[in-house]
Amino acid sequence: MFSYYLRLSWLSLKRNPLLSSLMVGAIALGIGVSMTTLTLFYVMSSDPLPFKSDRVFAVQMDTWGPDEPANRKGGGSPPIQMTYRDAMALMESDIPTHQATMLHRGFAVRTEDEDVRLQRLSARATYNGFFPMFDVPFLYGGPWDDRADENADQVVILSRESNEKFFGGQNSVGNTIFLDSVPFRVVGVINSWQPTPVFYDLNNGAWSSTEDMFIPFQIPITWEYGAHGSTNCWKPEKLENYQDSLQSECVWVQHWVQLDSAEQREAFHAFMDGYANAQKEFGRFQRPLDNRTTNVMDWLEYMEVVGDDNRLLVVLSLMFLLICLLNTVGLMLAKFLNRAPLVGVRRALGASKRDVALQHGVEVMFIGLLGGLGGLVLSYLGLLAVRNWYTGYEYLARLNPEMIATAVALALGAAVIAGLYPTWHITRIQPAVHLKTQ
Amino acid sequence: MLSMNSITKVYQAGVIETHALRSLSLEVEAGEFVAVTGPSGSGKTTFLNIAGLLEAPSSGTYILDGTDVSTMRDRARSKTRNEKIGFIFQGFNLIPDLNIFDNVDVPLRYRGWPGKERRERIDEALDLVGLSARKQHLPSQLSGGQQQRVAIARALAGNPKLLLADEPTGNLDSLMARQVMELLEEINAAGTTIIMVTHDPELARRAGRNVHLLDGQVSDFQPIEPPPAESDDAVAQVA
Repeated sequence: MFSYYLRLSWLSLKRNPLLSSLMVGAIALGIGVSMTTLTLFYVMSSDPLPFKSDRVFAVQMDTWGPDEPANRKGGGSPPIQMTYRDAMALMESDIPTHQATMLHRGFAVRTEDEDVRLQRLSARATYNGFFPMFDVPFLYGGPWDDRADENADQVVILSRESNEKFFGGQNSVGNTIFLDSVPFRVVGVINSWQPTPVFYDLNNGAWSSTEDMFIPFQIPITWEYGAHGSTNCWKPEKLENYQDSLQSECVWVQHWVQLDSAEQREAFHAFMDGYANAQKEFGRFQRPLDNRTTNVMDWLEYMEVVGDDNRLLVVLSLMFLLICLLNTVGLMLAKFLNRAPLVGVRRALGASKRDVALQHGVEVMFIGLLGGLGGLVLSYLGLLAVRNWYTGYEYLARLNPEMIATAVALALGAAVIAGLYPTWHITRIQPAVHLKTQ
Repeated sequence: MLSMNSITKVYQAGVIETHALRSLSLEVEAGEFVAVTGPSGSGKTTFLNIAGLLEAPSSGTYILDGTDVSTMRDRARSKTRNEKIGFIFQGFNLIPDLNIFDNVDVPLRYRGWPGKERRERIDEALDLVGLSARKQHLPSQLSGGQQQRVAIARALAGNPKLLLADEPTGNLDSLMARQVMELLEEINAAGTTIIMVTHDPELARRAGRNVHLLDGQVSDFQPIEPPPAESDDAVAQVA
């Protein structure tokens, strides 16, 4: 009977195309708007480091001045970045499974091929622990070794896109590129990798793309380069030279660690506290001891990556879906009651109330499915518009299989809810009343 | 075939009660052709709806083909209606989106028969009413008389024991009305019990027995002279 009911649904839609289009359109519009906001919210709220985000931590040390906290969040909290010298002190610890200090900056890049023009590319200067800690996938080669970190070797890891750009996607390990005219040997090429949000450095945009290349942390330090991002200081300092800035109380680097067990985390906290207490003797760390490790998801929450306005937008879009559904209820009721005489005939010919409910239930699902497909098209267009109108949303505003399945399920659920009352109502009609009026 | 005993039907609208049927009792034997007549408001349609299991009586007993159907629940009533009763309406009541074949198919779908069996029965029913060649047509492409013949084919497709006809020729001209009536007579002659509500004295006269309703009861008064052969068999009773 299902295929029979499906055919009846199609005939019913064809019988009154305007009313049918309005119903499908109302569901599609509601689904389109809510799925656009839900997709953005879903991607914003999703785990950028699945399977290990609870073992990877952002590190904060309260090096701020005594008068006021670096952040007023939670009654006062440490700065979200670290000073260079404190980060370097933490790098001395062998407690974490992996750890990396890092900063972001840009370089002018060219290859030996003179036909490839000079380009300005972004780079992350970091330690080799960055790659296993963040599960970075490699297409060719791999991370540089510890000696390269210690010696600031001129080695580089390219993103897949950069490798496409400079070497046509070939295995470029061993090739040379020039960063600010200095030759660097390619030691690895990363496969497609786009954690969303880019949790490890929220100063440069949570929704931006990952860097074009990666180099040892000590390269920009050796070259006396600063970072592209925010630098915050709690007191005025006289900085005569680059070494002064490295020793200053200004925070400008990020530090992440992987701690796989509670014991490891406890030991690392003890290490940080010991270091902070030792620094207090030199007049630093003037605030009460407050060293923190925050896992990835808590870090995103702490940094308010998904703001209250996003949540409000989701609520508003769901309310809009509700309004669309109420309209659909009215339209469906009008459509179903309009055919009460035909239902009367079917009842006279042997259809039970259950048969009538099933027939109309299938029609409701059919309308929901069409509305869902229409909603998916509108969601796609909505996300396309978001990508085109707002920078930084290129990796965010995309429909994925989960959201497509959610859209269809939401549309079917919405249609069922919208169709419940009209379907119940049509099963309640007295066939005898309508047989004379047909 | 059909036995109604002290059937009442009361419609309630707020505090106002309307007694459509008042203790109506009626026996109809298998194979009879009964015409039900009466003025407007006499309860003819209510009687037909209760006989066709489209409405339940307020009180009384209704035995159909040996089964008490007066207290059946919806699914059982629908199943009985589908298997034992065929309907013919004044307005034909064909489903406009479905072609003739699919219209006749409707009661068979609810019976759950397999496709091959349904197709055979539909072809037989359409053959009987002489419309085999029109099975792909939509109802709107047929004349009134043809539409009523389709409705008859639909009513007969499931081999019902009882055919209920409500003013079956009311919307037809005299020529078509005569053809439809002849068809009903053929069907009755083949063994199907027919109860026909009509205003037309001419049609009522052609039925085997006339039952006259007045104020929701079977009346002794017979405005239409009953056919001589069957007049002794009339079993209508005043409750």
